[in-house]
Amino acid sequence: MGGNLLINYGEAVAAILFGIGFGNLLLQSNLIKKIIGLNIMDSAIYLFLAEKGYIAGRIAPIAIDNSPHVEDYINPIPSGLVLTGIVVSVSVTALMLSLTIRLYKRYHTLDLDEISQVLKREG
Amino acid sequence: MDMIHNFPFFSILIALFSSTICSVLPGKIAKWVNTAVIIIAGVMSGTVLWYVSATGKCFVYLMGHFPAPWGNEIRAGILEGAMALFFCIIMLLCMWGGRKKLLEEVEESKHNLYYVLVNLLLSSLLALIYTNDLFTAYVFVEINTIAACGLIMIRQIGRTLEAAMRYMIMSLVGSGLLLFGICMLYDLTGHLLMSNIQEQVTQIMTDGTYAIPLVITIGLMVTGLAIKSALFPFHAWLPDAYGYSTISSAAILSSLVSKGYIFLLIKIIYRVIGFQVFRNSHIINVLFVFGLLAMVFGSLSAIKENDIRRMIAFSSVAQIGYIYMGIGLGTKVGMIASVYHILGHAAGKALLFISVIGLSDVSGFSRRFVDQTGAGYRNKIAGIGFTIGSLSMVGVPMFAGFISKLLFAQATVNNTLKMLPTLIALAISTILNAIYFMKTVIRTYEPKPDCQYEGIKIRQEKLYALTIVLFVIVNIALGMSSQPVVDAISVGLDMFG
Amino acid sequence: MSRKKTEREYKRSFAYHFFRWLNGNEDPLMGQVEMKPQKPYQETPEEIRRKIRERNALFLRFYGVVKSREVRNFERVYKIASVIFCSILIALLLLTVSYLPPVGSVERPINNEVAQRYIEKGLEETGAVNIVSGMILDYRAFDTLGESHVLFTATVTVLILLRLDKKKDSKNSSPMERTEIDDQVYEPQNDAILQGAAFILVPIIIIFGIYVILNGHLGPGGGFSGGAIIGAGLILYLNAFGFQKTERFFTEKTYKWISFSALSFYCVAKSYSFYTGANHLESIIPKGAPGAILSSGLILPLNIAVGLVVASTMYAFFVMFRKGGF
Repeated sequence: MGGNLLINYGEAVAAILFGIGFGNLLLQSNLIKKIIGLNIMDSAIYLFLAEKGYIAGRIAPIAIDNSPHVEDYINPIPSGLVLTGIVVSVSVTALMLSLTIRLYKRYHTLDLDEISQVLKREG
Repeated sequence: MDMIHNFPFFSILIALFSSTICSVLPGKIAKWVNTAVIIIAGVMSGTVLWYVSATGKCFVYLMGHFPAPWGNEIRAGILEGAMALFFCIIMLLCMWGGRKKLLEEVEESKHNLYYVLVNLLLSSLLALIYTNDLFTAYVFVEINTIAACGLIMIRQIGRTLEAAMRYMIMSLVGSGLLLFGICMLYDLTGHLLMSNIQEQVTQIMTDGTYAIPLVITIGLMVTGLAIKSALFPFHAWLPDAYGYSTISSAAILSSLVSKGYIFLLIKIIYRVIGFQVFRNSHIINVLFVFGLLAMVFGSLSAIKENDIRRMIAFSSVAQIGYIYMGIGLGTKVGMIASVYHILGHAAGKALLFISVIGLSDVSGFSRRFVDQTGAGYRNKIAGIGFTIGSLSMVGVPMFAGFISKLLFAQATVNNTLKMLPTLIALAISTILNAIYFMKTVIRTYEPKPDCQYEGIKIRQEKLYALTIVLFVIVNIALGMSSQPVVDAISVGLDMFG
Repeated sequence: MSRKKTEREYKRSFAYHFFRWLNGNEDPLMGQVEMKPQKPYQETPEEIRRKIRERNALFLRFYGVVKSREVRNFERVYKIASVIFCSILIALLLLTVSYLPPVGSVERPINNEVAQRYIEKGLEETGAVNIVSGMILDYRAFDTLGESHVLFTATVTVLILLRLDKKKDSKNSSPMERTEIDDQVYEPQNDAILQGAAFILVPIIIIFGIYVILNGHLGPGGGFSGGAIIGAGLILYLNAFGFQKTERFFTEKTYKWISFSALSFYCVAKSYSFYTGANHLESIIPKGAPGAILSSGLILPLNIAVGLVVASTMYAFFVMFRKGGF
């Protein structure tokens, strides 16, 4: 065990949230809850990235004069990665929700295992 | 700089751009655009392959005005060019072979959307092959996943919707792990470009500062990609997805999509982590064990299956096990065998899927095993295709499957610990393969005198017949001229390092 | 000295009306607003009986399922395995976090020459005051090109799943499904509060969204966030005034062409920039003076293109979920 667990408490929270979202995605049988788990998981990754970019005592990376110095600003790269990640997450969520709508209309249940059983019985 | 240096970038961008264009075109024109794009991308990849093997050096292409480590990059070597060319050929043949079925199974108004998805899939596969940047790889992995899900559910029946849902869930689990791994690796090394990361990783390993987090990070990324490419315990979505989607989708998914992830994994192993570091971590043994399990259990599930398409789908589980077993051996010969098996399996499995649809169409559209009796006489070309594909999968000399099994066996010789389990698993899996493929082949050629189903002449389905002939040629060419291919793979892997 | 108002004068005063309105004795809008009572909803007994029968059949089909013992055992094993897997994952991640370099300090590997050049040279090389915008749309533009295509791919799949072909679907489907389709198409309207609020809010929201998009290279903001804001404004407008109003300016065709032209522009512009960059050619796009609204080369037009795509995509998602077609 390294010594930085308490200093990195933000990242530790992100790791625990990631595990919670992961567990929801695997364990919940309700499709909507699965999608919520997916979003928790993604948000945990963004929290993790945001923690990485942070440097104590510095401001957001928007240049305030014509010759910016690296000592004044936080790291801009993780912010950019979070932006990209959010778009991916929105797209995936929209796809999952529309799949859920279709499945619900056809089988009138949100339980994926029940759907599989009906399918198996119908052959 | 030569014009050819632009070709990898052009092929990715043409595919992306054509997907946007197809979204406003009617289905009939979109079909031609799609064919043209695949051919153009294939020709470009072929030129890149020729150029790289003539000069003997790989090249790096800047995506923008800024050099590494500030801008994005793509990189082309022999292996990249060969993979891109091969993927284009297989994709073109899959689209041709399933075209008639597509018209029947997908609503008329959604045809152009199908071609949009295929173009997006092609561009993401090419980007995965050529990219030199981990985060770009992640973005295109997501395009690949969503497009593949679209290909599964475009035939809208209950089974495919459920399979698409399961596919998405498993894929998202994999993507989450991959993204977390990439973020951690970025934190440890401070770079996103593969070559820069590798320098830092080497330094970390010599300094020993972040050794434990690095191993866990590698584990996260490898697990993510293994889940996405349906390694054994995570294969639950696979039989329904391959078994019920429209036939072009099934062939593309089984032969290209999962292979794209595996190729990315191999690239990460060589270009990001470094082969030595990867071999010294224990993750390699885990991959080896799961590969062996997949080989045996995939084949067992295939034997139990009564539905002929699901049987082929389960066989994919076993074949992916072969590839991971080769990666898990931890030698260069093993890696060559794995890459060769990617090629061989892609050609063989796509042929099987395309030909099985011809068989079941002349058996009253039944997918059950017993109904296929005598189908090889009713649709001769599909019967020949199925036989050749089966022989290749089982590993009969002359075909690609035999060469990859031989290479796997050779690769184990130097590794005393892993030799015995590998050879045993290879033997068991081959026997099981032989049982279920040969019983199907024999069944299709068993004469059935009082048959109520009508046969099909080759004249009626010219494109389909042409596809199968071309597929057979690809399979035999891979099997007969294996030595140049293996040499090229070996040189290509050296270029990675 | 105030004189006492006569009753007639008092009844005309504002206070009288105000207190009557406060006590609920008067409605100022009475007689001025068109109020149509809803048509009584009637179903023939035949229809009702058929629906009940259908519902029962559904229940038998889906809820009469008894899980077999094998399935239950498998579920139990699956759940235990998942819990163990998740716990191990959390433990491993925490272990990793405990070794990672400390948060907030300067001496992390990621604060290297890459971030330094983005910050110190970014203004000069990209012309964008917002360094993150400059980074994602110029230094690492290939990622962002992929990202906008992820959104495009998702829209295509949602179209595949949810777009209804009305003519075909209304014929051969059960009454219950037909009611569902009708539910999706016809919606309640004429909510005075919602319409009043939307009347004020929608222009403000959309103008704010445009501001965020146009300001993406100068301050916090950019194509994606601005597009999402405009999309929210459009959705609010739709909810208040109904599809008939929005269809006057936003149909499926509009959506198709907006997203097509914006994405094509994105592709072409970026290809040009990649091509010139890789072949070491001079780009003809002027950078402009940093801080001016027309500056930073391609970043502003790209932000506008992304904003258009995102706004129309958000709206399209909502319409698809709501109605299954524009």
